Amino acid sequence: MGKFTTYETAWCPGCGNFAILNSLKTALEELDKDPKEVLMVAGIGQAAKTPQYISANSFCGLHGRALPAAVAAKIANEKLTVIVDSGDGDSYGEGGNHFIHNIRRNVNITHFVHDNQIYGLTKGQASPTSKEGHVTEVQTDGSMNTPLNPVLMAIAAGAGFVARGFSGDAKQLVTLMKEAISYPGYAFVDILQPCISFNKINTFAYYKSKVAPLGEEYDPSNKAAAIMTAMEGEERIPTGIIYREDKLDFHRKHNLLKDGKTLIEQERNTKVIEALINRFV
Amino acid sequence: MYNLLLGGAAGQGIDTTVAILEKLLKHSGYYIYTTRDFMSRVRGGHNFSMIRFGTEKINSHSDRIDGIIALNDETIHLHKDKLTEKGFILCDSSLEYSDDRIIKLDMDKKAKELGNLRASGSIAIGAILKLFGEPFTYVEEVMPRVIKKDFLEVNLKAIQIGYDSVEPVFEHLEGPFKDYMLISGSKAVGLGAVAGGLKFYSAYPMSPSTAVMEYLAYIGNVSGVLVEQAEDEIAAINMALGASYAGARAMTGTSGGGFCLKVEALGFSGIAEIPLVVIDVQRPGPATGLPTRTEQSDLKFVISAAQGEFPRMVIALRNHEDSFYQTIRALNLAEKYQIPIILLSDQYLGDTTACVKPYNLEDITLTEPAKEAEGEYLRYRITENGISPRLIPGLTEHLVTADSDEHDERGWITESAEVRNNMMDKRMRKLEGLTLELQEPEFIGEEDCKVLLLGWGSTYGPISEAVSRLNKSGKGSYGALVYGDIYPLPKQNLEKYSKGRTLINVEQNATGQLASLIREQTGISCDRSILKYDGRQISGEEIESQVLEGGLD
Ligand SMILES: Cc1ncc(C[n+]2csc(CCOP(=O)(O)OP(=O)(O)O)c2C)c(N)n1
Ligand code: SF4
Repeated sequence: MGKFTTYETAWCPGCGNFAILNSLKTALEELDKDPKEVLMVAGIGQAAKTPQYISANSFCGLHGRALPAAVAAKIANEKLTVIVDSGDGDSYGEGGNHFIHNIRRNVNITHFVHDNQIYGLTKGQASPTSKEGHVTEVQTDGSMNTPLNPVLMAIAAGAGFVARGFSGDAKQLVTLMKEAISYPGYAFVDILQPCISFNKINTFAYYKSKVAPLGEEYDPSNKAAAIMTAMEGEERIPTGIIYREDKLDFHRKHNLLKDGKTLIEQERNTKVIEALINRFV
Repeated sequence: MYNLLLGGAAGQGIDTTVAILEKLLKHSGYYIYTTRDFMSRVRGGHNFSMIRFGTEKINSHSDRIDGIIALNDETIHLHKDKLTEKGFILCDSSLEYSDDRIIKLDMDKKAKELGNLRASGSIAIGAILKLFGEPFTYVEEVMPRVIKKDFLEVNLKAIQIGYDSVEPVFEHLEGPFKDYMLISGSKAVGLGAVAGGLKFYSAYPMSPSTAVMEYLAYIGNVSGVLVEQAEDEIAAINMALGASYAGARAMTGTSGGGFCLKVEALGFSGIAEIPLVVIDVQRPGPATGLPTRTEQSDLKFVISAAQGEFPRMVIALRNHEDSFYQTIRALNLAEKYQIPIILLSDQYLGDTTACVKPYNLEDITLTEPAKEAEGEYLRYRITENGISPRLIPGLTEHLVTADSDEHDERGWITESAEVRNNMMDKRMRKLEGLTLELQEPEFIGEEDCKVLLLGWGSTYGPISEAVSRLNKSGKGSYGALVYGDIYPLPKQNLEKYSKGRTLINVEQNATGQLASLIREQTGISCDRSILKYDGRQISGEEIESQVLEGGLD
């Protein structure tokens, strides 16, 4: 048994979440991470229960609000490996604003989104990535909104690591997860995941027929090509590291943090406070 | 005691002139109390500041003006009626206005000759110092400390020109306040936060709370506090919670509308038991209200903000001393009880600068989270005092959980009725300890008073001034209780002082929120209310006259 045990889950049997959780465990173990140094952060949803099912530190926050909490925890203590693991509704709907702005902030955390193109926990309403025409009990005439393309959006917003994975391709997913966790900056992986209970359109078979892993020849450092690749999706859905660029992360730029001393290690200095008081005299 | 008013349009440099003048007057020994009244615009409009100074402690602004420094006509027209007999109006020669009290100086022309139009404010400063009989000597001591090197010479010359252009009208009074601090309420909060061990402050700009963020950012590199401007208020509070969970003392700040957005996360702090301090620098609402003005109307909102029930504490800041010490106390109590604590300030207190005795760091100790736990670690262990062992993830052998869902002792989601009850009871038990920590409202005035005023927060100054004026007037005997700790509501002093007295609540809101809280919690009703909600702070004189007009007694 590895260091990262799992616990009894409340997911539907056959759900894509299981495969993602297993890949995550494998990735962390293969990276030889210590559970005590790992912090799993999530919002609310089915996917967002992941931190509850793995032996690591866990912060299960509010719907849509995992990112701000995660980046601040990392800002407080750089030594933690911080991973946000949450749903597409959580990350792109309620949390859309944080998604965009934390790309800009570029704190060294990893963001895995279980993209089942539906709201699972609230029983099947359209999510920001649901296909146009997707009929649900709320979108009774089919969703009329253009689906978001999170991968394209992340590249456009300036993310340094953007990947797409598929819960049905564990081998690739583990590799992507390891690369993302090791990337020094905000790393984003959109993970396609069938929801067997509420999404009858984007089924396992649907994904299986469309998903196309990018080959060796693909160069993720070419931004223009990455954008074109990210725009695909009708004929085939490319998976793999779609874009990768080296960027200075938040900690390397911040005056208080760049020398490697964590924020929580910084001492309160009475002399400094006295001097600050004296400035007002 | 003297009171000066400096008025003009936004962008005319009132703030800078006031900041220099108040420092000069303090250096000369005066106690200073400067209030700021400005419009929500970047240029134009009518802005003014009032510097009240004297040789004893001053708690509030005054409506009686001894001198107007007018940078435009409007200032004269708007404020001349409050000018005292002996008062003066100082303005540039170019202003067309006549009054026997007017003193016209060629400020703009001379400043231009000096090569810097901005130095006209310094000419006014020079004239004022002379009018109040101040010696010139300390100008040279103070100016290098308050003005950049490049501009020093020109401003010194300008002050000299102003000084030489007028004759003294008032007498210099000898005061002992030279070594006091001169600080605004919002900076005092920031300084208190640093002294209280703050490590992380996140906020989204919103007047008037932005001053706290700006000050913390300004001193960030020396104080070691990381200030992050969040993408919105929701992010700001969730960031503070993430940082706090990971072991950095954290705080977030905002004003009314921003607090609305933070509400869900406030409850999250309550159920997940993550220490958090939120400061609400109130402004009039609802919605966007009056962005740059003052009000005390968020009390009932913040004591009940967020769905469900959880222990919390609300502390209203009364003055520049509270702003510092209570911020430290809030950070400590939040840590000790693992609850959210809300500090209520407002525009009036936040922007007012006043003298305070230099803050003393000696008695300050910081409550720290536990380093390790013995035996099986349960983050949400059911305990007698309701406080569970909080460890910091990564600094312990154990795994640390935090959960916004109802959870068991390990921090795992549960829907068990029994666990729910136990967890709710555990959390609510914290209130027993918290109640013992409460500070009673300060009593001011005559112990055997007939009329008792009740107030909270920043009306402390105006109320205490009113009480002392009323008692001096010989028309009855008066006292007041002004609340700092306001939720949970401390009750001992109220029970002691309210018996057989006429009670008047004085509040900057339209509904009498303190009076209603008191009635709800103690059954004690006020006999009358003095309420003001026009966005301007009530003065001691106004309270005095409203008390007397009411004809009680
Ligand atoms: C503020 C708030 N709004 C709404 C909800 C209800 N809610 C819980 S999960 C969820 C959507 C979950 O969808 P997704 O993030 O895609 O996760 P999934 O369940 O599909 O894994 C919603 C709307 C909530 N908990 N909080
Ligand atoms: S509802 Fe869908 S996403 Fe949620 S557990 Fe069931 S299958 Fe998985």
